[in-house]
Parts: sequence; structure tokens; C-alpha cells
Amino acid sequence: MFLVVCRISRRCSLLNASNYAHFSRGLWHSAALTQRSQRKNEMVALRRLLGHIYGTERTTWSSVMLLRRHFTHLSTEGDATVMFSEQNLPSIKLYPQETKVLPGTDFNTLSEDLEGAPPLSPLEEITENEAAQIAADLPIPPASFTLQDYVDQSETLKKLVLLGVDLSKLEKRPNVANFLLRLDFERDVSRFLLFLKDVGLEDSQLGAFLSKNPFILSEDLENLQKRVSYLRLKEFSKEAVARMVAKAPYLLNFSIERLDNRLGFFQRELGLSTEKTRDLIIRLPRLLTGSLEPVRENLKVCEIELGFKKNEIQHIAIKVPKILTANKKKLMETFDYVHNIMGIPHHLIVKFPQVFNTKLLKMKERHLFLGFLGRAVYDPTKPNYVSLDKLTSTPNEIFCVEVAKASVQDYERFLKTL
Amino acid sequence: MAQFAPGVFRTLHGLFAVYKPPGVHWKSVRDTVETNLLKELNALKQRPPRQQIRFLPAGTEGSNGLEVTRVPSAVPVLADHVLVKGPAFTHIRVGTGHRLDIQSSGVFVLGIGHGNKLLKDMYNSHFTRDYTVRGMLGKATEDFTELGKTIEKTTYDHITREKLERILAVIQGTNQKALITHSHLDLQSQEAYDLAVQGKLRPMVKSPPIILGIRCLEFSPPEFTLEIQCMHETQQYLRKMIHEIGLELRSSAVCTQVRRSRDGPFTVDCSLLRTQWDLGSIQGAIRECRAQTEGVSRGNPDREAAEGPIPGPSRGAEGEGELRA
Repeated sequence: MFLVVCRISRRCSLLNASNYAHFSRGLWHSAALTQRSQRKNEMVALRRLLGHIYGTERTTWSSVMLLRRHFTHLSTEGDATVMFSEQNLPSIKLYPQETKVLPGTDFNTLSEDLEGAPPLSPLEEITENEAAQIAADLPIPPASFTLQDYVDQSETLKKLVLLGVDLSKLEKRPNVANFLLRLDFERDVSRFLLFLKDVGLEDSQLGAFLSKNPFILSEDLENLQKRVSYLRLKEFSKEAVARMVAKAPYLLNFSIERLDNRLGFFQRELGLSTEKTRDLIIRLPRLLTGSLEPVRENLKVCEIELGFKKNEIQHIAIKVPKILTANKKKLMETFDYVHNIMGIPHHLIVKFPQVFNTKLLKMKERHLFLGFLGRAVYDPTKPNYVSLDKLTSTPNEIFCVEVAKASVQDYERFLKTL
Repeated sequence: MAQFAPGVFRTLHGLFAVYKPPGVHWKSVRDTVETNLLKELNALKQRPPRQQIRFLPAGTEGSNGLEVTRVPSAVPVLADHVLVKGPAFTHIRVGTGHRLDIQSSGVFVLGIGHGNKLLKDMYNSHFTRDYTVRGMLGKATEDFTELGKTIEKTTYDHITREKLERILAVIQGTNQKALITHSHLDLQSQEAYDLAVQGKLRPMVKSPPIILGIRCLEFSPPEFTLEIQCMHETQQYLRKMIHEIGLELRSSAVCTQVRRSRDGPFTVDCSLLRTQWDLGSIQGAIRECRAQTEGVSRGNPDREAAEGPIPGPSRGAEGEGELRA
């Protein structure tokens, strides 16, 4: 086998590189079929062959590179563990096939081989200082279901945890764990953190942000910068942009065209002025990143089924933006109870849109209690008028004392008769 | 200083009762209780992380410049950090006793952890339950509730309290006969006599729904309120009974409310309202109920053991005797 390879190599210095690649690959396939001992032979042969090429110095660099690739290909099969321990990246352990395309460090190992420097023998004596410098870390598993196994070894993951990123949640999402393992904190993460700090996020918000949206680390920093300047161009203040990014982490993953489209959608559908659209988006930034179909649906429900006028819907949406993302069914149930059972007309609901923000069950209980006491007066012209605001948005104790003029115990006793 | 979470969790094994509001599914009640408990347990103090011995490099000034040595030191394992491992408590076994359907409300028994075994014992002891059922005359609907599709409308001027009570007495009489047949006891025996005298005669196996006692609490046409003591019932069965009472009265009736006021030893007073479904209140309720559930023996309880915890509410026990007489 050794002779064959040598002969091929001599001829190949004349051939072009691609041809050679084909040839050697074919060779490799045939070798793969043979026994393991034969494979070892081949490796020895290749080493000598390389020495030969270096000696003659007539081959082009490209063919050396190809050879090197071939060599690493072989060595990944045979000496996989040796290769890995030299590189301190756990990601490589997960993906042995990646090593084929891996960069330049192999060349150093190759040249070391060429110089013939023998590796340290296990029997050789070393000094105390040298011994202290050998890091003997625990081996990490080549594959795992959780990031727990890698946290103690990987600097990047360690720093992310200290930053407050919830790895236990992230690892449940598809592909995120692999993505995180391949990161290097200094190279990939820190510049994004600096960028987010520039945008105006607090230190404490960074961890929560990355727990929600780790994919920002795969975006292009220039694009992100452009999107932020787009938002600033639309006259969102710096604080507003910071708030929006913190509340809707995926905001910066949206392209400028998409953001523009979405801003336009809210302005068009609600018929708002730019000023008011801006306020709406600042109050509930997740409108921008969420699906638009439910929003459109809710607007139709408000208009057709609940019978609000256009300007009334505008008013409600500005006061309680949550109505746009609320569940359609719940919206209708609440309105049905407030309008048909409590008998409150449309114009009063528009005045107190908080009713759509509270739990129906709570409102029901309070209404029944007031009815039981004979205090359920929702007409502002009558005495003992109870405003919807007080009915819905006060805590239990204050409601009992100030609105119902009864004790909390009485209220609880009443609830147990329902 | 927060309490130690596993220690707190250990005190949670047992039974307690919540007050289920009408219009809520029993499963969502159970899930709410579980999520509330999980949230509070995870906020408490958790187990400390494991320690790992690492040989960390340390530089010391020696005689010939800087010397590097490795110092053994214990460091907490980062894999045990809450952000890596996830919350310590992810689910709690919360079991339910006899269920309540969506429209009905009232005492709903839940068991946590080992309390689930007690739930089984509670089922095997065949406790009686009290209900307050409200009906309205003059209308009949498809599903016997107020909201269902109306089938017919009738007059109810001719109905008096006496007529209603006569029907109730008939119902109780027929159920008394069913009670004896399903008890599987020889009526001529001393054992049966003793039980019957104490008013504790009841079937200890599965049987069709049996009404042990029924009486009218309030009658103001068209509305009336009944108190029913029964076993092996469903809420829909009680609604159907209101419907049949309406028919017997030569009119028709719908059921507007079904409220369970007692489930075995658990009464309304010891049940927790929606605002009290938190760790502290549930812990207290379980501690209180443990005293009552101690009587429920493990495994398949015999008749005497099962009788133990019944008489909790004095009103229910007396009412039973009074109605039987």
C-alpha cells in the first residue's frame, strides 16, 4: 500500500488539484472497507508520503491542504479523542463530523508530527510547576439531553447563567441548546450585550431578554443597529425603544419592512393618528411582534358583535390595548354579562373600558354581592352610584369597606352561598 | 428567613376542601390550586447546591519567582443552579374527591400527595353528602337548568307548600325502600336493627343514587329551595329530580342552583374560597382536616371505621335522624 500511495503522489504533482482530490477520496473509500490494522498502515504511509512531499518541495500548497484534509479525515476515525482534547470546545464533542471542516489548528499538529517531536511519554518525569499547569477536568459526555452536563465546563454557559439566562427553559426549545454550545462569550455574545446596553436595557433585563430570545445572537449587528435607528426615526424616544425591546424581545428580529408594515397596519385598522399609534405601541409592544390576525378579528368582534362605533373602539383600544390581543370568546362573555345582565349601556362601558381587563368571575361575584345588598346602582344620575372603575379595579378589602359598606367576612360568607 | 421548601411540602400531604364557584370546571379549580402551590413552593428556600472538589490553580510567591500550585477547594456545582436545573417543584399530585359539574358549586375535596390514598378510602366509606338545591316553577327545559332550551311553560298558582311537602315525603319513602334493598343486610338481624336505630343504615357498595333525606327550606312561588341529603348521586340527577317534582305537582320546574354544603366530613365552613387558595391557607386547612380524617382507616375500611368521621356537622346528623323518624 505504501508504494502505491507514493507513486500516486509523484504523479499527482503534475495533475491538477481537483483530480487529486477525487483520487484520494476513492482511495479512502477502498481503505474504509479494509480492516483497522490496514487503516493504521495507511496512516503511516501518509505520514511518510507527506515527508516526501516536503522534501521535494514541488507540490503546490493546495494539494498539501487537500492531503491535510485527508489526513484529518483519517485521524478523526482513529485518534478522535486525541484531537478533541486539544481543543477546548465542548461543541466539537457533540459533532464529530464537524471536525472535517475545522480550521487551522490541525496544521500545527501536522507540522509537529513532521518535526517528529514525540508526545510526552506517561513515564517521563515532569517538574512540579509543569504538573500544576496541567488542567485535569472531568470528562464531559459526547451527547446529552440537557445543558446541565456542560455548564460546569463551558465558560460561555457559565457566564450566561450568571447573567440570569434561564438555560432550563432554553434547552427545551428545539436547536437552541446546540446553538448556545457553539457560542463563545467574548466573540459572539459580549458585543450583543453591549449593543443591548446601548439600546437602553438595564443589566437585570438582559438575562430575561436572552431567555426569551436567544436568536438575537445569530442576527447581524448592523441590521439590529439599523432597526433601532428606524424606530428612532419614527420618533420613538430612547426610553420608549428600550421599553419596547424589553417587553417584546423579538422586536429587533423583525426586518425594517416588516416593522413598517405592522406599524402601518395598526394606524390603518384603528384609524389613529401617528402620535396615538406610537402611544399604543409603547404601551403594549407585543402587538408588533404578535400575530395580526387575532387583532383584526377582535376589531371586527367589537364592531359587529358588540356594536361599538369606530371612534369608541379607538378610545377603548388606547385605554386598554390588551383588548386587541384578548381572547375573542372571553371578550364576548364579559360584554354579554356587563351589558345584558348588569344592564350597562355602551357609552358607560366606553367610559370605563377597564371592565375588559378584569376577570369575569370576580366582577360577577361583586355584582351579585352588591345586588344582594341592594347597592347595584350603575347609573351615574342616581344616588349611591357605583362606578365600574371602583367595581372592577379595587382590591377586595377596599371594595368591601368603601363600595359595599360591609365587612370582608360578610363578603366571604356571601360567596359561600353562591 | 424563608422556610425550607421540601420541609413545607412534607406538611402538605393530606385532604382539604375548597369552595368551587359556579361556572368553573373542576379541573381548572384543581389546576389553579396546583399552580398556586408550585409557585409558592418554588419561591421558598431550596436545597443547597452540591459541592464539588476542584483543584484550582493558585500563584504563590516562592523563592524563585512565581510558583503555580493547585489548591483543592470546594465549589458549588453550577449544574444545580436554579436557572440551569429548572424549578425544583414541577408538579404536585393533586387528586379530587367527588366531583362537581360546571354549573354547580360548593364543597369540593382535594387531596395532595399521600392524601390521594385517603381519597380512595373516602370513596370506599360511601359518605353521605348534603346539597342545597334551588328550583323555579313554571318552566321546563331540555337539560333541566335555567339556561337550557325551554320545552314548556306552565302555571303554578295551584301549588302550595303542603302539596310540595307531600311529594317530598313520597320521594323519601320510596328511597327508604331502595336504601334497605341496597344495604344488603338481613332486616331481621340485630345488626340491622342497631344501625337503623342510630340512623346509620346505608349501602356500603355501589348503588344507584339514593336520597336519604329531603326537606323544603323555603317556598315562595315560583322559587323554592330544598335541602337534600343523598349518596351516590350526580348533580344532573338532582336537577332531574327537581324536574320530576315539577311534573308531580302538575306543573313544571327548572333547577337554578345546585350547591353542595357538605361532602362527608367536610363542610362549607372549613372550605377555602378562591382568594384563599394559597400555601398558608391550604397548609392550615390540611392540618385542621387531618384531625377529622384520622378516623378513616387505611385499606378497605369496615363499617365501624367508616362511620367514625361522619358526624362532623351537627345539623346534618340530626337532620338525618329527624327525617327518618
